[in-house]
Amino acid sequence: MSQGAAPQSVPSSIPALLARNVARFGDKPAYREKEFGIWQSWTWAEAADEIDALAMGLIALGLNEGDSVAIIGRNRPALYWAMVAAQKCGAIPVPLYQDAVAEEMAYVLEHCGARFVICGDQEQVDKVIEVQESVHGIDQIVYVDKRGLRKYDHTHMNAMADVQAEGRAGHERLEPVLRDREAKLDADTTCVMLYTSGTTGRPKGVVLSNRNIIETSRASAEFDHLEPGEEILAYLPMAWVGDFIFSIGQAYWTGFCVNCPESPDTMMTDLREIGPTYYFAPPRVFEGQLTTVMIRMEDAGRFKRWLFDRSMAVARRVGPAILDGKPVSAMDRLSYRFGHLFVYGPLKNTLGLSRVRVGYTAGEAIGPEIFDFYRSLGINLKQLYGQTEASVFITQQPDGEVRSDTVGVPSPGVEIKIADNGEVFYRSPGTFVEYYKNPDSTASTKDPEGWVATGDAGFIEESSGHLRIIDRAKDVGQMADGRLFAPKYVENKLKFFPNILEAVVFGAGRDRCTAFINIDLTAVGNWAERNNIAYASYQELSQNPQVLEIVQGHVEAVNESVAADEMLSGCQIHRFLVLHKELDADDGELTRTRKVRRRIIEEKYADLISALYDGSETVSTETEVTYEDGRKGKISATLDIRDAKVVGGEEERKVAAE
Amino acid sequence: MLDEMQSHVTEDGRTIGGVLMEMRNITLRFGGVVAIKDITFDIREGEIRAIIGPNGAGKSSMLNVISGFYHPQEGEVWFRGHKRPSMKPYQVAHQGIARTFQNIALFEGMSVLDNVMTGRLTHMKAGIFAQALWKGRAEEEEVANREQVEKIIDFLEIQHIRKTPVGRLPYGLKKRVELARALAAEPKLLLLDEPMAGMNVEEKEDMSRFILDVNDEFGTTIALIEHDMGVVMDLSDRVVVMDYGRKIGDGTPDEVRSNQDVIDAYLGVSHD
Repeated sequence: MSQGAAPQSVPSSIPALLARNVARFGDKPAYREKEFGIWQSWTWAEAADEIDALAMGLIALGLNEGDSVAIIGRNRPALYWAMVAAQKCGAIPVPLYQDAVAEEMAYVLEHCGARFVICGDQEQVDKVIEVQESVHGIDQIVYVDKRGLRKYDHTHMNAMADVQAEGRAGHERLEPVLRDREAKLDADTTCVMLYTSGTTGRPKGVVLSNRNIIETSRASAEFDHLEPGEEILAYLPMAWVGDFIFSIGQAYWTGFCVNCPESPDTMMTDLREIGPTYYFAPPRVFEGQLTTVMIRMEDAGRFKRWLFDRSMAVARRVGPAILDGKPVSAMDRLSYRFGHLFVYGPLKNTLGLSRVRVGYTAGEAIGPEIFDFYRSLGINLKQLYGQTEASVFITQQPDGEVRSDTVGVPSPGVEIKIADNGEVFYRSPGTFVEYYKNPDSTASTKDPEGWVATGDAGFIEESSGHLRIIDRAKDVGQMADGRLFAPKYVENKLKFFPNILEAVVFGAGRDRCTAFINIDLTAVGNWAERNNIAYASYQELSQNPQVLEIVQGHVEAVNESVAADEMLSGCQIHRFLVLHKELDADDGELTRTRKVRRRIIEEKYADLISALYDGSETVSTETEVTYEDGRKGKISATLDIRDAKVVGGEEERKVAAE
Repeated sequence: MLDEMQSHVTEDGRTIGGVLMEMRNITLRFGGVVAIKDITFDIREGEIRAIIGPNGAGKSSMLNVISGFYHPQEGEVWFRGHKRPSMKPYQVAHQGIARTFQNIALFEGMSVLDNVMTGRLTHMKAGIFAQALWKGRAEEEEVANREQVEKIIDFLEIQHIRKTPVGRLPYGLKKRVELARALAAEPKLLLLDEPMAGMNVEEKEDMSRFILDVNDEFGTTIALIEHDMGVVMDLSDRVVVMDYGRKIGDGTPDEVRSNQDVIDAYLGVSHD
């Protein structure tokens, strides 16, 4: 279409793309948000008007070129407008994770030197006010939702509607200033600054230019043939690079509509109502949905269960092949069509995925059963591999070449090389400019030729040219006898069991591997209910002997599959325990994107780890927990330690070691 | 003394107006049992007024007198400057008084939305036939009422259960739905009978925030009964303390807290 035909006259900034969209699709919906139970919508022209009003209002409040504007809140059109308005003013939007606690927020606000903070509601305003005790650079707070804020001191605080009203009132005076600033924007201007959650150390501010974002959006939109009629649901954190690319980059490039849910709790209902055509979700969302479906099917009547099982068997056999356009016998096609009529169609509708044309998952490995389940229903779910520093896309799976164990081929314009130690490097137009105020990290991550280290170890499969990721490069280590230790590889296999929510495997520099397991309260709780097992708390359920038995079965199954891979057979789990609390980002054990922080867990649970290795049967421990509101408490527990069966050469090694 | 402070602004910026409701020498008997004995107090416009006391002190009876469910044998109830004659509860509701109940009284089989819509009944003017046919004025009214209800649903953050039957909700949420229904009537005076009973700390904090926000945003006068002293002292502007049907204290939380009779009633006195 026209997008591909005009590389010479490509708009060079997001505000320029907005102007193009107003001219091209002025009366088409650009944003929708459900409010008061009704989907409210804004056309591109209306959105542009709101953005202009806000930008002028911000200038009137004293926003200067080069200032940082922090944006904190859930996905709402007003906050997306705030990002573009900041760009129009020549300022740099810095979206923050809204569930960050005040001290995390303080670091980022201090580091980016935010002068303006735009908040979604009172909760965020309260946090910013708390932060202001230590961070003094904040000059103005703007909030969207007025509720509960009427009595606050407004000397440096304004409602967004009032800022816009002031901008509109003063447009004679402010519009020339705004147009003047807009004219200065080009491809090299900073488009956005995103803080990486960082599995180690402090978050780093990744600076992405307009060129990074627009080039990446163009290439990826063409790769998946995205069109102006697409619908997406914006529900992932605004501070995450993926949301910025999907909801701003690709949305502005292709001109599709961004839908915002009514509240985080209504996400699933809103998903059904919108029926997105382009959908992204991390593996845990797909896992969660599948678990819910399975639990509900277990409660269904016998006929329904029979129909479901039968149809799903057909779907698993031929669904993926039909999706990939491979030859399938007429009889199978007919069975699949019936299955679609009675099971897949209604099921997809319930999940809100009826209209999905392109679906992506990334961030973590997804279980093959889960992945195949969605594909067999006829949902074009694919995987991509990316990171903030690459403006998301490094590799992605083309239609028809989708597998659960690879992350696809290099995205258009991306070059990939594998270093000797297995680390994956890439170079692309989306490669970030720098880490803000951190030249050392920039230099150690990006070499002068533009190659960026991903920190992940992987290899390119020769037969298909697809990239396969094994683990974080720094986590791939050696055991005491020099055999390869890849914890994530084993953890992922464990997490593919619905009963296991999280797993942490230890073994670097040791003679054998051990593991912590977190049970999944939804799945295990449902099982307990079904089997009349009473429990009062997560802790009690986690130590139930029958639960331990189930987990042991899972661990042994994983050992068997790990043993099949000669290179990694040393990673079989000899001993494990089930943790008495869920690993939590509030306790610093996971990152905000729910990745395991290995070092912190090792420190915090040192007593448990030593018990895993000294042969004791049980271990008593006391753990500090942080509640949602930041208060701390302690829980103590006695945990059983279990031995798991290992296979292959491992067995003799174990006897010899003892 | 009360009339001297006709209207004043509190420390946190809310305006407390003149007397909205006045109870004068109320006595309520059930046969030979005296539930309330000669109690006098008032509720000012825009304030949060708490009624506290040990079990069996007569708090709920007092609330039932205010809501018009019980008719006291002696004494007068004055509302907005007029002496209130003996009324049926629905007439009281039309006067602008709404309430929630100690034991949740919702329609369990109906959705949250429908439950909250019932709170708008006093605002529906169209006749039963017009409503059944869904024509003209009835439709307009329904739309306007739904809009108001949606604002309350948004305000109390219960969007995600809008279409859920109330019977399937946990206790804490039911309490919130009941508050929503009472608010839907746009009351001048909101009566809350133990809004925090049976809640955990987090639910109590949420509910407290909602009560304060309701008072702040809509300017609704609130009278509440509550057992949790911490909550009462934090929320209310003035507190009435009852014991065995008598009023033993009345004033700001600080005044009440230092009142010897109140301390005795709560902690007990040695009878030596």
